[in-house]
Amino acid sequence: MAHINLPDLPGIRGPMAFSPATAKPLNELAEMLLRNDNNSLSRGERELIGAYVSSLNDCFFCQNVHGALAGHYLNCGIPEIDAIKKDYASTDISDKMKSLLSIAASVQKGGKYVKKEQIEAAKKLGASDKEIHDTVLIAAAFCMFNRYVDGLATWAPEDRNYYVNRAPQRAEEGYIDFDLYK
Amino acid sequence: MPYISLEAHLPGITGLLEYRKDTAAPIRSLTQVLLRGPSTLSEGERELIATIVSYGNECKFCTAAHTAAADTLLGESNTSQRMKENIVSAPVSEKMKALLEIAALVRQNGKNVTDEAIQKAKKEGATDIEIHDTVLIAALFCLYNRYVDGLATVTPPQPEFYQALADRLVKHGYNRLPQGYDHLKKTATEVK
Repeated sequence: MAHINLPDLPGIRGPMAFSPATAKPLNELAEMLLRNDNNSLSRGERELIGAYVSSLNDCFFCQNVHGALAGHYLNCGIPEIDAIKKDYASTDISDKMKSLLSIAASVQKGGKYVKKEQIEAAKKLGASDKEIHDTVLIAAAFCMFNRYVDGLATWAPEDRNYYVNRAPQRAEEGYIDFDLYK
Repeated sequence: MPYISLEAHLPGITGLLEYRKDTAAPIRSLTQVLLRGPSTLSEGERELIATIVSYGNECKFCTAAHTAAADTLLGESNTSQRMKENIVSAPVSEKMKALLEIAALVRQNGKNVTDEAIQKAKKEGATDIEIHDTVLIAALFCLYNRYVDGLATVTPPQPEFYQALADRLVKHGYNRLPQGYDHLKKTATEVK
């Protein structure tokens, strides 16, 4: 049971329906960071960073929502996304993406854990300032979203296919123009 | 030196918010709603929540900035100092202590917020909205602290810098200044 009396919706949708004034900027941030197309990182890559950080924070709802969205954009399924979350270094994602996930993992621990060498490695593999900026901010944002979802003890559907089945519709509607109750 | 190219006269968070104004806009409005919007928690109390989280995350820039903001709003610096030393013996209400404890747990991880911590806050009179806002303020500062330190932004050593920043936050809140921040170029040179 959630810590406070929330509308009976899964995950972040409960607190968002409870507090529309804060839901609006939260969703605008997600839209700009994860879905806006004026970005050299693909939507799939950005969702993957979100899913990865959510798995490090052990947030079941967020890692499944954003893992399913990453899978939708990158044309892969739960096993491939799980393999990246478990040990991205041994998967066949690009070296640049690996260097960005390494930065995201450090951000999850704490901002000070990001080392100069990690930044230099990412730049050497072609990451731009903006891509590094966005990686850090996406990782930081998920440290917020995950805490919001779990800090209020929201509930989440256990069936992981629930998230996979919803991903195409979520991808199409985006983070701003959707009905929290659907 | 910051890991990415930021404007030299804007240390800490401001340079980041000016670097990418399109992501800054929702971050600023979220902060404005949470820390300055209508609430049964005072602005000073909400700045204390921001301070305790930033302090726990060892983010020097955010800790100094929000300590100065809390002190300015409260008109004294004893409360923030003693809160950072020990929440339990801080000169704040029992309800506020319970909310600060919840914020400290959120900082570790959302899952660390216990039923006991929530029940204590409710027993001391905290409403659902106050608990919601406490959790989201704490979570938001977990974003800010990582953003500021994760890109190695500059932390000015001068206390006057944070007092000037706090005066701005108290007077103007968290929305972007309509005239931008070019007027700070002169100040930055003087401080150097």
